[in-house]
Amino acid sequence: MADTVLEIKNLVKKFNEHIIINGLNLKVQEGEVIVILGPSGCGKSTLLRCINGLEEIQSGSIKVQGRETVGNKKNAVLLRQKIGMVFQSYDLFPHLSVLGNIMLSPVKVQKRKKDEVKKEALELLEKVGLSDKADSYPRQLSGGQKQRVAIVRALILHPEILLFDEVTAALDPEMVREVLDVILGLAKQRRTMLIVTHEMQFAKAVADRIVFMDESKIIEEGGAKEFFEHPRTERAKKFLNVFTFEDIR
Amino acid sequence: MPDLGLEVLQKGSNFIRLIEGFWVAVEISLFSIAISIPLGVFLGILMTRKNKLIRFLTKFYLDFIRIMPQLVLLFLVFFGTTRSMGWNLSGEMAAVIVFVLWGTAEMGDLVRSALLSIPRHQYESSVALGFSRIQTYFYIILPQTLRRLIPVSINLITRMIKTTSLILMIGVVEVLKVGQQIIEANRMTSPNAAFGIFFVIFILYFVICWSVSMIARYLERKWS
Repeated sequence: MADTVLEIKNLVKKFNEHIIINGLNLKVQEGEVIVILGPSGCGKSTLLRCINGLEEIQSGSIKVQGRETVGNKKNAVLLRQKIGMVFQSYDLFPHLSVLGNIMLSPVKVQKRKKDEVKKEALELLEKVGLSDKADSYPRQLSGGQKQRVAIVRALILHPEILLFDEVTAALDPEMVREVLDVILGLAKQRRTMLIVTHEMQFAKAVADRIVFMDESKIIEEGGAKEFFEHPRTERAKKFLNVFTFEDIR
Repeated sequence: MPDLGLEVLQKGSNFIRLIEGFWVAVEISLFSIAISIPLGVFLGILMTRKNKLIRFLTKFYLDFIRIMPQLVLLFLVFFGTTRSMGWNLSGEMAAVIVFVLWGTAEMGDLVRSALLSIPRHQYESSVALGFSRIQTYFYIILPQTLRRLIPVSINLITRMIKTTSLILMIGVVEVLKVGQQIIEANRMTSPNAAFGIFFVIFILYFVICWSVSMIARYLERKWS
């Protein structure tokens, strides 16, 4: 059996008295690609933010490779480097070149050698089709290119898990494709990933497992094919119907 | 052609004296600016903290300095402290203290608003990449803040340079004082000297403030 990379138990997250996540349990195996689906406001983005320690949680436990991240600051900082996250907003640092963006954390946080990091950065950029943009600045890139750089910036830290928070939500349709292709490529390499998305076709293609959330909880969980073709719960059926249209002619 | 009284500049070392007086003003501003900028950056970071006490104290300090006319502050520090605190400050020293108090407050407010204008996801992605709080400020937030600060802080710097014209009131012999002395001394021989002298002082202030603005414009273009 594959190793458990991430284990969440009884996670509770509240904003003031408003419950966002209510007693959530989730286990992620090594090499598994999980897509989290659900209506807006169901807590899926918040879940990713909790996993990465951007949000404080009220109770529960989040273990990365068996080590607790909650309530242990030293652990949390170390473990954060094992979790790579890419956000919806293009969050590249505008004052640094593409290469500068990618290399800053491995050099300053992980204290790796500059030339070694640079070599790897260029290799990764080539893989996402951006080797000619190494010296460009973020403002010279399109949204899709920025997101691909952001993915490389997360990858170079050698994370155990990658979290994608609606990374294509702010992109033009044509650019969505180039970003999703990069993520598909990562899935082929058996990278462990947790993906929040609204791209249903993509979810179907990339996911080993679908986690469907609504009203702060996981409602349904299962294989991708099974979920899309035979959803078990009424709520999931209703959700999936939103994405199909009746012909009016 | 009216007599502009410019010939007085050629008498003795009058012109050199004016330049020297101007240098006093520039020196005091440069000193104050050099101290105010790092202190202001620190104050600005403090002002963005959520702690209520820190917020109250920094806000109080900023408002206090803003409400007070600079001249009153100068008098307070130069004359006020002599008897009540027993400090025997030179005029230059008092001027630097007041300008640093003022510059730090204004700079702090500029830094505060520049920091707040950095989008929240810049902080979040830094955290997600494993940077500590200090590293986040040092490598990501402050470099971006500095670029946004240049135009507004140049405005502050030129204001500080111009405000040095007040320090003759606490007995510092800077360019205006020297100008007055020259005018007084030549009242009989060059009665029109006032125009010539103040015109030269105007040019001096213009040259320095204008070149500071030019440097700012260059940096802005280079970094944007």
